[in-house]
Order: sequence, then structure tokens, then C-alpha cells
Amino acid sequence: MAHPTLNARQYLTLGSVGLCAPLGDTCLSRGMTQVGPISLHHPATLVAAVFTPWIAAGIALLIGFFASYLTALSWADLTFVLPTTAFGNVIVALLAHFWLHEPISPQRWAGIVLITLGVGFVAKGPSLTERPAGSEDVERIPVAEERAR
Amino acid sequence: MIVPFATPGFWPAAGMIAAVVVSSTAGEVLTAAAMKSIGDLDEIRAVSGLGGAIRAVVTCPLFFAGIGFLTLAFFSLLFALNHLDLSLVAPASASLTLVTNAVAGKVFLKENVDRRRWTAAVLVCIGVYLLAH
Repeated sequence: MAHPTLNARQYLTLGSVGLCAPLGDTCLSRGMTQVGPISLHHPATLVAAVFTPWIAAGIALLIGFFASYLTALSWADLTFVLPTTAFGNVIVALLAHFWLHEPISPQRWAGIVLITLGVGFVAKGPSLTERPAGSEDVERIPVAEERAR
Repeated sequence: MIVPFATPGFWPAAGMIAAVVVSSTAGEVLTAAAMKSIGDLDEIRAVSGLGGAIRAVVTCPLFFAGIGFLTLAFFSLLFALNHLDLSLVAPASASLTLVTNAVAGKVFLKENVDRRRWTAAVLVCIGVYLLAH
């Protein structure tokens, strides 16, 4: 089924794709910094690190990202979803600036503006390529439901 | 004592980045093809519940082919980072992958990559480069 315009739930899924990955990466980075250097000679330390709050939160967010990403790919084109994942870079830069107080150079601000423009540009268009009647897409939902049972 | 690696020449560096880009693109395209063949996960979840949606994904061979290539891309990235600077590998692979995915989406997935999507891909590509470089 084609979705020429997205509904609120689908925008929410795309929002999760854009937000969960950078937030997850930021949590992992903060958690690994708190844990300190880990030697390959003591792999148990790495396993223990998984259960620290920041790293556990990071892993949960990255699982959320992957689930949202797969869901988005099930009803939107790859070339529609990918710019959304790139928007994560903007979120990371903004988090670094406003949360970690890292400076952002004019070149990086230019990058943020270009990515935002690109994502806005593609979001204005259709999310899924329309297929002519009789193509394989028409049959895919019953096949998928059969597989799901 | 840490012994610094000799900086690879242009062609070895290009080869390492190309390996990341090609395997990543193959993984993204195969995963997208798998999800298209499965159908709208929201609809499947409405009919069969979350378990049904997960079952639909994990019984699709294309999905695992995609995951295999994404794993290969991850290890290619680690290998490239072992020999090249992060400031080269991250922006180059991220921005090139956007363009190769647009081409692969058009060729293999028959997506309608119109002028709007090409423009978006190029804008995001330059933006990622500026942001990460």
C-alpha cells in the first residue's frame, strides 16, 4: 500500500530514527568515559560495563533506533529514510554544543543548515515510490501476514 | 610503546574507504529490500501483534543477508580506522554512502529518485562532510 503522505505515527517513527541513534551514541560515549580504560586482558570488565546505567540506556536507545529504522523501511523508500538518519549528526552537534558546551565552528553550522535543508527537502516529497497495479507490491502484504502467522 | 603506522598511500586509503562504502550500501539495500518484501510492519503488528512482526522479520533470508553486509561494513570501518584518521574516514564514508545508496536505490530497488531526492542527497552529503571534517 502506498503512503503518499505520512500519518502522525509514521512521523513519530521517523523522529525515533533521527533521535534514538545520536542519543544512544551520546549515552554510550558518556558511559564508556565513566567506566575508564578497559583492557582486552579483562573482558569481564566490558561485560560489567553493559549493566551500568548510561551504557544500558545507550543500548536500549540503539535497539529502539534499529526497530524504528526497520519499521520506516517497511513503508518508505530507502532514499527517503536515509537523510533522516543523517539528521542524527545534527542532533549530536547540537547536543555537544548545548549540553557539553563544545564550540561549533561556522563550517559546522553550515553543515547543520545543509543537512536540515536536505531532510526538509526530501520530507516534502512522497515517502514511497508508487508502483503500477499488478506489480509485486500489490501482493506483498498478504504474503507478509502469512509469514507473520 | 606504541609504534605509529606508516600512513597508507592514496590507493590503499581509497580501497579501505571503498570497502566501507560498498559493504554498507549492499547492507542498506538488502535490508530495505527485505523490509519491502515483508510489507508494512505497522499493519502486520496490528494484525499479528509484536511477536508476529518480529517473526516476519527474522524469517526473511534477505534481512540476514543485509545484516551480514552491515556487519562486514562495521569491521571494514574498524580496519580503516586502524590505518587512517577518523577525520578522513568518518566524513568520507558517511557522505559517499549517501550518494551510493541513492544510486543503488534507483538501480536495484527501482525507487523513484527524482530531482528532489538527488538534491537532498547532495545537500546532506556536503552537510555531513562539513559537520564531520
